[in-house]
Amino acid sequence: MALKRKSKQFKWHHKHLLGLRELSTEEITYILDTAKGFEQISTRSVKKAPPLRGKVVVNLFFEDSTRTRNSFALAASRLSADIIEFTKKASSVSKGETLLDTARNLEAMGIDIVVIRHSAGGAPKLLSRNINACVVNAGDGFCEHPTQGLLDVYTIRKIKGTLEGLKIAIVGDIAHSRVARSDMWAMTKLGAEVIFVGPPTLMPSRADELPVKISYSLDEVIEKVDVINMLRIQFERLGGNPFPSIREYSHYFGLTVERMKRAKPDILVMHPGPINRGLEMESEVADGRNSVILEQVTNGLAVRMAVLFLVNQAAAQGD
Amino acid sequence: MKVILDSEQIQQILKDLTARILAETPRELDIATIGIRSRGEILAQRLSGRLSQQLGKNVPYGTLDITLYRDDLNSPQGNTQPQVRTTEIGFDIDDKIIILVDDVLYTGRSARAAMDALIDLGRPRAIKLAVLVDRVGREFPIQADYAGYKSDAEPGKLVQVFLTESDGKEEVVIE
Repeated sequence: MALKRKSKQFKWHHKHLLGLRELSTEEITYILDTAKGFEQISTRSVKKAPPLRGKVVVNLFFEDSTRTRNSFALAASRLSADIIEFTKKASSVSKGETLLDTARNLEAMGIDIVVIRHSAGGAPKLLSRNINACVVNAGDGFCEHPTQGLLDVYTIRKIKGTLEGLKIAIVGDIAHSRVARSDMWAMTKLGAEVIFVGPPTLMPSRADELPVKISYSLDEVIEKVDVINMLRIQFERLGGNPFPSIREYSHYFGLTVERMKRAKPDILVMHPGPINRGLEMESEVADGRNSVILEQVTNGLAVRMAVLFLVNQAAAQGD
Repeated sequence: MKVILDSEQIQQILKDLTARILAETPRELDIATIGIRSRGEILAQRLSGRLSQQLGKNVPYGTLDITLYRDDLNSPQGNTQPQVRTTEIGFDIDDKIIILVDDVLYTGRSARAAMDALIDLGRPRAIKLAVLVDRVGREFPIQADYAGYKSDAEPGKLVQVFLTESDGKEEVVIE
């Protein structure tokens, strides 16, 4: 174990986590390294540590979410923070209150960290410019879902050791996926090659300007990749007819047992959840030996604890 | 810069600490050493080696990261920032005599944080504190059970411990 006493210390100074696009490789690595120290809190006898004692975290969710909201709530409580749950349906938002009014009212109660999910891209940024509390983006429009991107690279790094040189396919509805974007930024910054795979109708416009390769055929890439991340088909966001039928989509872009036979034996199969079993992925694959879907959920908790800890640290330093 | 302990003196202190721990610990009880990151980790490992040898049985050692338990997390810290690292204790601490090890005992704040961190991991039979250097300047009512060199370095001075495993040299200096 080598420790360099006089080495220049890296300092985290972001009191908001809005996206991964604006973070450096060093900053992303620092979050992942920090998350490692939070993993064991969930496995020991007292599943709680005190660093956010006396702090208040608000879960401000304008869109439905189970996994992310619960994960943030549990992360906050494991760090001893108090947590307020705010959902659109049960609030004054349904009476016409604006985002900023809602947030300012919450802030007047003395909150410290706002975790926000919103259907409008840029909502977290708008919020961060108008309130003093720390803002953590839990998904905004089609822009970013930074903690999902972080937990994905954390999971890959934990198993593969590094992302350097890995080929990673992200498959499905790329156009409507903030997960695909956050993944892309995190993965490419850590040295992986990312391939977006899906039908042309589900590719973002101007995808050629992104730091990724594009493929319209899963069969062409399945043999080459080290990691495959299958996105959920988001029926609630799809307009028009992006593909002729669910069956046809499954045929060309579903991760089936048959396709898996052609994949590398140590390929990691990921999914941000919730899975449409039998659509983007067959059940045997989702529950198979290459699947790390549940590890992603477990690691998400450690990553979110690290993020809440770090933004609060930055705020304490007056950043 | 003044060298207050050289390599030979450090070895002698570890030998004395080992003897004193053994003299006070009933043989039938299980004992383990846990070091506070980062220099305490190395000292805990060395003490566990010495204790294992003397007792003829394995005395496990572990490493404790106390960052989440520090009392200064919400105050400005200038250019340094505590980095959260892992706690690595691969054994059950319940009912064991835990020798908590640090390089320098000064304000007592780290020892306080370490005790809180340990208690979240289980319920040891006892926690005893062993340090290489016992420096005056306590801010908390905490004393070492096994102290090596006593230093009356003035406030503002820096007492630094260098160990072969981490620093490639073995000495304690005052700057």
